[in-house]
Amino acid sequence: MNSKIAEDQSVTEKKNKEVKSVNTITVRFAGDSGDGMQLTGDQFTDTTAMMGNDFATLPDYPAEIRAPIGTLPGVSSFQIQFSDSIIFTPGDAADVLVAMNPAALKVNIPNVKKDGLIIVNESVFTEQNLRKASWQNNPLLDDTLKDFNVLKVKLSELTKNALKDHPLKLTEVERCKNFFALGIMFWLYSRTFDYTIDWIQRKFAKRPEIVNANIAAVKAGYNFADITEIFPSQYCVKQTRLEPGIYRKIMGNQATAIGFIAAARKAQKTLFYGTYPITPASTVLHELAKHKNYDVKTFQAEDEIAAMGATIGAAFAGEIALTGTSGPGLCLKSEALNLAVMAELPVVVVNVQRSGPSTGMPTKTEQADLLQAMYGRNGESPLVVLAPKTPSDCFQMAFEAVRIAVKFMVPVIFLSDGYIGNGSEPWKLPDVDQLPEIKVNHPLQPNADDQYQPYKRDPQTLARPWARPGTPGLEHRIGGLAKADLTGNVSYDPENNQKMINLRAEKVERVAQDIPELEVFGPEKGKVLVIGWGGTFGAIYQAVNQMQAEGKSVARAHLNYINPFPRNLGEVLKRYETVLIPELNMGQLLNLIRFKFPKVNSEGLHKVQGQPFKVYEIQEKIEAFL
Amino acid sequence: MSSTFKDLDLSYTKDDFTSNQEVRWCPGCGDYAILATVQRTLAKNAIPRENYVFISGIGCSSRFPYYMNTYGFHTIHGRAPTIATGLRCVNPDLSIWVITGDGDGLSIGGNHLVHCMRRNMNLNILLVNNQIYGLTKGQYSPTSRHGQITNSSPMGAIDYPINALCIAIASEATFIARTLDGDPKHMSMVLQRAMDHKGVSFVEIYQNCIIFNDKAFQPVTGRDSRDDRMIYLEDGKPLVFGKHKDKAIRLNRLKPEVVDLQDAGDGESLLIHHEDHPDPSYPYLLTQMTYPEMPVPFGIFRAIQRPTYDEMLNDQVVKSKAAKGEGDLKKLIYGTSTWTVK
Repeated sequence: MNSKIAEDQSVTEKKNKEVKSVNTITVRFAGDSGDGMQLTGDQFTDTTAMMGNDFATLPDYPAEIRAPIGTLPGVSSFQIQFSDSIIFTPGDAADVLVAMNPAALKVNIPNVKKDGLIIVNESVFTEQNLRKASWQNNPLLDDTLKDFNVLKVKLSELTKNALKDHPLKLTEVERCKNFFALGIMFWLYSRTFDYTIDWIQRKFAKRPEIVNANIAAVKAGYNFADITEIFPSQYCVKQTRLEPGIYRKIMGNQATAIGFIAAARKAQKTLFYGTYPITPASTVLHELAKHKNYDVKTFQAEDEIAAMGATIGAAFAGEIALTGTSGPGLCLKSEALNLAVMAELPVVVVNVQRSGPSTGMPTKTEQADLLQAMYGRNGESPLVVLAPKTPSDCFQMAFEAVRIAVKFMVPVIFLSDGYIGNGSEPWKLPDVDQLPEIKVNHPLQPNADDQYQPYKRDPQTLARPWARPGTPGLEHRIGGLAKADLTGNVSYDPENNQKMINLRAEKVERVAQDIPELEVFGPEKGKVLVIGWGGTFGAIYQAVNQMQAEGKSVARAHLNYINPFPRNLGEVLKRYETVLIPELNMGQLLNLIRFKFPKVNSEGLHKVQGQPFKVYEIQEKIEAFL
Repeated sequence: MSSTFKDLDLSYTKDDFTSNQEVRWCPGCGDYAILATVQRTLAKNAIPRENYVFISGIGCSSRFPYYMNTYGFHTIHGRAPTIATGLRCVNPDLSIWVITGDGDGLSIGGNHLVHCMRRNMNLNILLVNNQIYGLTKGQYSPTSRHGQITNSSPMGAIDYPINALCIAIASEATFIARTLDGDPKHMSMVLQRAMDHKGVSFVEIYQNCIIFNDKAFQPVTGRDSRDDRMIYLEDGKPLVFGKHKDKAIRLNRLKPEVVDLQDAGDGESLLIHHEDHPDPSYPYLLTQMTYPEMPVPFGIFRAIQRPTYDEMLNDQVVKSKAAKGEGDLKKLIYGTSTWTVK
């Protein structure tokens, strides 16, 4: 190999290699945290999106920003599944693993299919690097990888050669090798490199030498794959027959932020987001902070508690007020969140769940904050809990969270998770003009003779009026002490306290009248219903749909709303012999359902490994009940 | 509303700021004087009543908002500055007052107080300091004397106390003052100045808890001692005190010391008070004048100007709109690259 290939790519002689058509492919990029694997994966995803495939991604990275180079804890991976049909998971195991170093190989062997392809950067399989990755022997030289097709490529050298005429420092050249690898993958799966080249030109516009080198690396990788005999064939994945419409690639946290902005716009309100940085929720803040021209104000508070407090203050002022965090942050917010429950102010709390307890595994996903969201406050403190199911669904559910909060004057917890927050998929864009208006009514006149009563409720929704400070004649006081009905004055009256607690609970229950009924996909009754919530949607969807296609009697349903449940939930559940509830926790929704519907035969499938469900794991469990 | 006309002409009396709630502090509590002085001070201003918001945390003094006929929010322990911050960020027109105490503001909510001040959030913070936990029935507070006997320190508090004004200075508060419940005239002057100040105003109010820490400030502010043990700060003037106005303060290197005016000659050596002293070590030095070694200063320690957080926050929205145009929802949703499926 030499750099000629990069330079002469326009005159490359095309050998007509075979192009095999495949339905679905899973690719996993893995390297050191400094190797740019997330970026490489993103670029592969962007191109795949533009080429019209459905896809789902799983960024899987360590909490350490730069763990010691070449070590096992420092491995950062990115998995994408793309297909010619509709898919919702990043794939159980990879068809192709690109391993940039011995550590990436070691960590990811379990993630590759038997007979799958492993492309390794042979250049860095030195004794020293092998030792860092705790390899006793060089796995490229023994039978460690006998179950796989291994392709040894001297990525580092090839990149160096390709860029030898570029005026870059050696370390900068070294950093281009991920683009070389990306070029190989583009060729292997018949993807164009044009989108990535556009991106490189935009991204590094101020440094033309970097632009040139990166582009050369991508093309060199592409041509290397094309010309050499290492790949007998190329693969293509036909365009997915997605619903007609305009699409973009979207990440869950990004969709969450955009959904909130859309809701604030439709409520003709400004948006306030008070938060404290925490993985994996911080990207919601980053996204919102970019959009100040949408009347967005972001406030990076001194701690989680202050973030919650400021959000309550903004809600008191009459604006759309949100805060975001992850599990440990929700613990800190709970006292203040309870104030919002008592004061009946509309706040939305985003919890992008991560693996716990305590600090847990910050970059890994889990769904174990459901009971915390439901009950993690002192006293009787019901609020609304809802959960998006996919990255793009975050938009819809963020919008819903705001709509419900202001309509019912109630705090709403939005339970996302690291898997959908960081994952991406194609998003069929909504018609902006069709987004519903969110009606907000701030009283301007007293509501009881010449008096304003802050707790005189709407008879339908039981929402209290939302008078804004600054409105003449409606001066009133609210607070965390027990309130008298209607006036909101401090009250220790026993009967009144019972009444107010009942009213707040009843208000949350009435939200059920305002949300869609649960929909079942599959047989209307029978052996097994699989029901999930949040980010497990994709794995359940794929598992059940495949089994249905095989003629098995299994249905699925998904809960976007957990408190209150959809009004027909009980009626649906009792039509099945077994209700299977897969969750990335030890059975939290299962507990809620068993408590509320004790006669239903509900069973759980639990996993707390920081990783999403694999499709086969769910299928195996379903089989047990058929 | 019967008061509509009155609201329009914006002339108020104390009664206009008095709510219909029965005040439930102990008889003789210093909070009564603070409440009345706040109400009287607000009545002197032509600010519509509906534009005032009082936000408090937990503690005796934090019941304050219930007694004010304004907007009010009695929140949770230590968090009042955070709620006020959120309110201020989205509403630039209100006059927002935070009522806190030595436990609420300096112990459980210490973090928020510090950050609220460093941001120069445009709020008026009144820290009612009685050097004791009252509402929880008599435990020592972060400002209690070292060795103070309380219900939770029967052998004497072994905590060293914190000086509220030092915290304010370290946090770079732009307006810092101290006043006392026993001098409504001085308190009213300080409150008015706090209100007029753009940016964060931090006012410590010495307040007597008649039940759990009676006469805590008596040695300084008592009728017999106050002339010799209190200094009322006046901008541009020497720190003169004493029954016969015959004593002043001068600096001996970094240490303030008392001098007889008679011995001070032409007064050139005397310390002259400057509220707008750019160096925070000057007001800090004043905070170190404590009983019993030194007379204790009251008044405005610091008043400087600096852009407020809320101002800059709003400014960024304006600038962003100027640079990118008013946000277009469709553009946001579509992002930078889309594809069409037919």
